[in-house]
Amino acid sequence: MAAPSDRELSDFVLGEARLLDEQRFEEWLDLFTDDAHYWMPLEWGQTDPRHTASLMYEDRLLLKIRVERLKGSRTYSQKPRSRCHHLLQVPRVERRDEAANLYETWTPMHYVESRGDRQDFYAAWTTHHLVAVDGRIKIRLKRVDLVNCDAAFGNIQLFM
Amino acid sequence: MSKYRGDKSAVAALVRETEVHRDLYIDPELFELEMRHLFVNTWNYVGHDSQVPHEGDYFSTAIGTQPLIMVRSDDGAVRVFYNRCPHKGTRLTEGSGNTGRFFRCPYHAWSFRTDGSLLAVPLRAEYENTGFENSVAVRGMTQVAHVHNYRGFVFAKLGTVGPGFEEFFGASLSSLDNMIDRSPVGRLEVAGGVLRYRHDCNWKMLVENQTDTMHPMIVHESSAGTAVAVWKSAPAGTAKPMAVEIYAPFMSSYDFFQKMGIRVWQHGHGHTGVSHSIHSDYSAVPGYAEQMAQAYGAERAQAILGENRHNTVYYPNVMIKGPIQLLRIFRPLAVDRTLVESWTFRLVGAPDLLLERTCMYNRLVNAPTSVVGHDDLEMYRRQQEGLACDGNEWLNLQRLYAPDEIRRNDDVTTGTSERLMRDHFRAWAHFMTMSM
Repeated sequence: MAAPSDRELSDFVLGEARLLDEQRFEEWLDLFTDDAHYWMPLEWGQTDPRHTASLMYEDRLLLKIRVERLKGSRTYSQKPRSRCHHLLQVPRVERRDEAANLYETWTPMHYVESRGDRQDFYAAWTTHHLVAVDGRIKIRLKRVDLVNCDAAFGNIQLFM
Repeated sequence: MSKYRGDKSAVAALVRETEVHRDLYIDPELFELEMRHLFVNTWNYVGHDSQVPHEGDYFSTAIGTQPLIMVRSDDGAVRVFYNRCPHKGTRLTEGSGNTGRFFRCPYHAWSFRTDGSLLAVPLRAEYENTGFENSVAVRGMTQVAHVHNYRGFVFAKLGTVGPGFEEFFGASLSSLDNMIDRSPVGRLEVAGGVLRYRHDCNWKMLVENQTDTMHPMIVHESSAGTAVAVWKSAPAGTAKPMAVEIYAPFMSSYDFFQKMGIRVWQHGHGHTGVSHSIHSDYSAVPGYAEQMAQAYGAERAQAILGENRHNTVYYPNVMIKGPIQLLRIFRPLAVDRTLVESWTFRLVGAPDLLLERTCMYNRLVNAPTSVVGHDDLEMYRRQQEGLACDGNEWLNLQRLYAPDEIRRNDDVTTGTSERLMRDHFRAWAHFMTMSM
């Protein structure tokens, strides 16, 4: 694949959020490389995902468990089901390293998760580390930094 | 109209041998009485002394709904104060930090030494001939009288009645000992950050659930069960990931939980996992067993690491996991609101991989993003709502009840018994009514 253009990278990030909003979780999971991580830090400016707790630091196996669980007939925390809504600023390409096949985007967003009569609002900055694999753009790292990462939260059941 | 205030027998009647009344979970007046009696007459964890290693270090904490400050005073002692200025009640500290040689109230700049005594008041001459020396305020910050630092774990008792530290905890301190002894130098440090998870339910539901061995295979079928199923589809020969080692044992059979046993101590303390637990079969961490053997000798090291206690409850609202180095506090905010704090510890001198596993366990099981947490919270939420039903005012806790059980202290029971929950409520009634 030719190196993805800034526009293609930006469209990819917008498209990823749309898959989540449309609850197409299997297709969403397929956007991640085999060695990918989804990281939601607990601390402001956190650098270490292993020796400091995070809200999420998940590899594909753990993400797959979440996606499968959402479909389960005995997943009572999803009766009724949650829905989510992403409102993204235009993703900005922060770094292009064609030699290393690594592209980084930065995307401020507002995220809403709802379930039944309850709706929770979050604001975050999302950083994507993207790579080109077999003609497709894939995610190696998705990092979601909540503006209130260290606050006490209720359930966050879907993906930001 | 007051249903329970000043009526000791009405409060005591809420706890029967095998049943408890729903008002313990839904009545705001009882919640208020818990704050005045239960959390005043018992010893409660306020923090770990590694959070205040240097003189002037402070940590803002609480017992029940009472805001407190834990501070390392100039003489090196850890003291606990009510977190309010004696002048007009302003809370003195937020979070943690170092206050130097004195606390300074941000409102009118009254200052206090780290032993709580009043250091200075601006324009002090204006208090001359006012009788200020006889005021409550001149005595400085109000100190919590009963504080005990047990191997780094700082506990306090707000009230003057109620048992002393040793009497209150008795043999249950063996669980803290085991967690601490897992460090080759016998020392823990708070590390890894704290996960804070809001629950719309009464705090006691969470405490009971810590030793409820009849729910994991049901409630966590959705999370742990899915983890097991997904793992089965991994290609043969794939090394079992740490995350699967953590999730899979939640799906253990009734038989597994029956046989693990529950040990009960006085005052509502107790633990699951006497012979084995969901933490028994984790992979060895390279170099760690050798470090332990070197520090303690082979036999003692084996005894320490051979204990795999599952959850130890320190009544009223703390749970620890020795093999994971984790401590959870179920903080009561209102009758139907609880904040769960999940703290983790580094075993000083042990390999970093242990802290990594501890942090992973914490985020997989105790985070607001945790699928295990989602499973549990859904049950608490439904329980809180269900208890509003008028059809039946009692909750049943009868499993493996024996009329003479109350006479058997420091007892080991079948792992699926509800004995420890019954003991929670016996302790509840005892500490609620002792100062009424």
